[in-house]
Amino acid sequence: MTEAVLATDNRAASTAPAITVERGQRAVFCGLTSIVWLHRKIQDAFFLVVGSRTCAHLLQSAAGVMIFAEPRFATAILQDRDLAGMADCHEELDRVVEELLSRRPEIKTLFLVGSCPSEVIKLDLNNAASRLQSRHSGRVRMVAYSGSGIETTFTQGEDKCLTELVESARAPVNGSQKESPALIIAGTLSDIVEDQFQRLFDELGIGPIAFLPARSGDAMPRAGSNTRVLLAQPYLTETAQALRGQGAKVLNAPFPLGAEGSLLWLKAAADEFGVSDERFEEVTAAPLARARQAVGYQREKLRGKRIAFLPDSQLELSLARFLARECDMNVESITTPFHDPQIMASELALFGEHPDMIEGGDLESRLDHVRALRPDLTVCGMGIANPLEAEGLRSKWSIELIFSPIQGFDQAGDLAGLFSRPLARAAQLEV
Amino acid sequence: MELSLWTYEGPPHVGAIRIANSMRGVHLLLHAPQGDSYADLLFTMIERDNHRPPVTYTTFQARDLGSDTAELVLRSIHAAVEKHKPQVLLVGDSCTAELIQDQPGSLASSSGLSVPVVPVEMLAYSRKENWGAGETFYSLVRGLLQNRVPAPGSEAPPRTNEQPSVNLLGPSSLGFRCRDDVREVTQLLNDMGVRVNVCAPLNASPHDLLRLPEADANVCLYPEIAGPACDWLHRNFKQPTIKTVPIGVGATREFVAEVAKTLGIDHTPDSEASRLPWYSRSVDSTYLTGKRVFVFGDATHTVAAARIAHEELAFEVVGMGTYSREQARSVREAAKELGLEALISDDYLEVERVISELQPELVLGTQMERHIAKRLGVPCAVISTPAHVQDYPARYSPQMGYEGANVIFDSWVHPLMMGLEEHLLAMFRDDFEFNDGAQPSHLAAEGVSTRSEAPAVNDASHGEDDTGASAELTWDLNAERELRKIPFFVRGKAKRNTERFAADNGVNVIKVDTLYEAKAHYSR
Repeated sequence: MTEAVLATDNRAASTAPAITVERGQRAVFCGLTSIVWLHRKIQDAFFLVVGSRTCAHLLQSAAGVMIFAEPRFATAILQDRDLAGMADCHEELDRVVEELLSRRPEIKTLFLVGSCPSEVIKLDLNNAASRLQSRHSGRVRMVAYSGSGIETTFTQGEDKCLTELVESARAPVNGSQKESPALIIAGTLSDIVEDQFQRLFDELGIGPIAFLPARSGDAMPRAGSNTRVLLAQPYLTETAQALRGQGAKVLNAPFPLGAEGSLLWLKAAADEFGVSDERFEEVTAAPLARARQAVGYQREKLRGKRIAFLPDSQLELSLARFLARECDMNVESITTPFHDPQIMASELALFGEHPDMIEGGDLESRLDHVRALRPDLTVCGMGIANPLEAEGLRSKWSIELIFSPIQGFDQAGDLAGLFSRPLARAAQLEV
Repeated sequence: MELSLWTYEGPPHVGAIRIANSMRGVHLLLHAPQGDSYADLLFTMIERDNHRPPVTYTTFQARDLGSDTAELVLRSIHAAVEKHKPQVLLVGDSCTAELIQDQPGSLASSSGLSVPVVPVEMLAYSRKENWGAGETFYSLVRGLLQNRVPAPGSEAPPRTNEQPSVNLLGPSSLGFRCRDDVREVTQLLNDMGVRVNVCAPLNASPHDLLRLPEADANVCLYPEIAGPACDWLHRNFKQPTIKTVPIGVGATREFVAEVAKTLGIDHTPDSEASRLPWYSRSVDSTYLTGKRVFVFGDATHTVAAARIAHEELAFEVVGMGTYSREQARSVREAAKELGLEALISDDYLEVERVISELQPELVLGTQMERHIAKRLGVPCAVISTPAHVQDYPARYSPQMGYEGANVIFDSWVHPLMMGLEEHLLAMFRDDFEFNDGAQPSHLAAEGVSTRSEAPAVNDASHGEDDTGASAELTWDLNAERELRKIPFFVRGKAKRNTERFAADNGVNVIKVDTLYEAKAHYSR
């Protein structure tokens, strides 16, 4: 497999794909939405959005509507009197934070999250965070970042959050100099996937490793010059830069989607840490075989089917590569909200020949393109799926690709299954 | 600043989208950043619409703020008109755009468009969704009809159609059961010989709105949405407003009477038209008597539900309220008539606190109260927005009119234990088939988890707030045995009442006598 990859490497270098930037109307979530999975991951953290009723409504709508008794996210809703200058926004924010912390004494990290309105009125949340930090020192850690839709698209909210966690981890906490881990896995993964990867890295003898974000606010890893970083998610442009800024080396690898992606992702770390090929194969042989077998069942249903990607999570290219190479699908169109050529270098090399890509995308022209193409399956945001279905086009909501465990060997079959299910359903329905 | 963990209503521009999405031939240009497009999924996922709402978002970004966002607005307006060819273009801004003050409405009005432009002011930092919907509908009606208002003192034009007619105003996209209510009320009016001239905003076009003045009266079906438009039509076109909302048998009869009186026609309400009165009088319903219910939702549905609960099902309304401050007056009045003080709050934690204190046997509320009730192990039926996907059912299920009353009887009574079954369970509860986990036979497996979460026995967590003393209270063995003999579906209540009684009377160890003293005390 490794040789095959090297071969595609060479070929890709000569055929650089065209990437067109298209501006216009978008139908993608803003960065605030990443709170929905970040707050599940960091279990002692609370996310306080400083914004409008729209922000509050977005979060509860995206979170699948009130599944939590009392969620660990909330909105400090700006009101007329805040904007008219009758109320000092900073005093108001202090009051809201007091109210929140007295209600939730178990909260260890409080994220102050900037929004479109707070950015436009230039409410300085970094300043607010340091002010509140000195007041609540020793009890709660305050971190500010922006998830605003005028700066971030959907998954980029996590990038901003992690960047801030990395930056603030630079200062030693409580005077205790934390050891830097040998390997940081950056990007939210579900706990079950983390545990699987942890076992694999243990067997490969790579460690100590740390996950970013960690499951609790005070366990966030701090990178050092000995640290290697493996990105588990492709949308971490600024996080990667921040880690490099701390002297860490960010490894180049495709993302751990599918049997092949997972293998090469682990291989990048194994090579870096000098794991022998024999050992690597010994550790990965069984899960790789399982993954190939599971994907194989789905491949029968997906082979030759045509698929298009509308912009959503920045996972588009990695998913397309997996579906093309491991499921024999024909990828006919890829639009991604943001393309980072450096982070995607290994992904592009592995993919080899693929359709031209569009970065950004104008909603109406992208929809017209899909209507003209009439693919068997379109990966799209939740607001667009039913309208496409009603036009006789099968769809896959991309948000499930963010909320479900899809990374790693033992999820490869499930990942393929997410794409085959809409097709199987369409084939079975007689009405 | 207001700390909000969850909100009953979205921002006002979501109300504007609801109006645009209700109608045909209307497009909304919304000056808004990309994230605001989440609103699409409210319609395509919750209401299960088969099309995107007719909205174009300008999608401005941080880098646009330094340059000319007004130029972006104009470009988006022209693109939207070109692409969607609406009969009317609504133009407004969402919360963030309101701050940058591009005045998209004025920009559109002065940009020489071939389609009429109706600007909408959304006041994102003081108002909410239902206000936004009402304001947008009113702006549309006024915008299209203000040039046709007859001069003061002029005679109303003669009726063009001999048959009396009304407009149905207020049903909208994402409203509660509006689709089916329209059909039911239309049928009810047709049976009276009354024609529906225009129903709006649901399924109406701008051309239809131009025909509004042709009707003899306006039916204000959902005051939250249609109130301002009905008032304006009344002032300018002398159209009377029919204000009774026909939810429940009594209200439907009154509605019929009000329509007949307003239009000057003879009509006797059909006393056989709904099954609710008989079902409610049949013996099986005896067990419904005095069931303690808590009602919460928008004003219209809350007021209607409280009346039905009290007058038509003989429940005891133990609490009621609304999240809508704008419409709070009618709820306060209705509560006062039942000897209650209305809860006016959009803080769901406060609503939850009140529900757990009141210990109702049935909650009638929004999707949020359904969650609250589930956590507390109390049966619940949804009567109002905000609602979730299961509240937009495939089957015909109106709330209004006589069939609506039938639907309400079924959907409120089914979550409760049926009369005969309650009796049999109590009789056989010691048989091995009828352990505490035994489910009412008509309830789905979902009830299993509900029952196991129910605060039946070890529920100190919910009892704490009420008694403040459950930690120090102990039950002696005999009292505990006696408690277990009480049917499980009322055991939680018996336990809480006994503990509260004990605490109030300084009793530390609860004995069998305490249990029965408490029972006597609370059986007023």
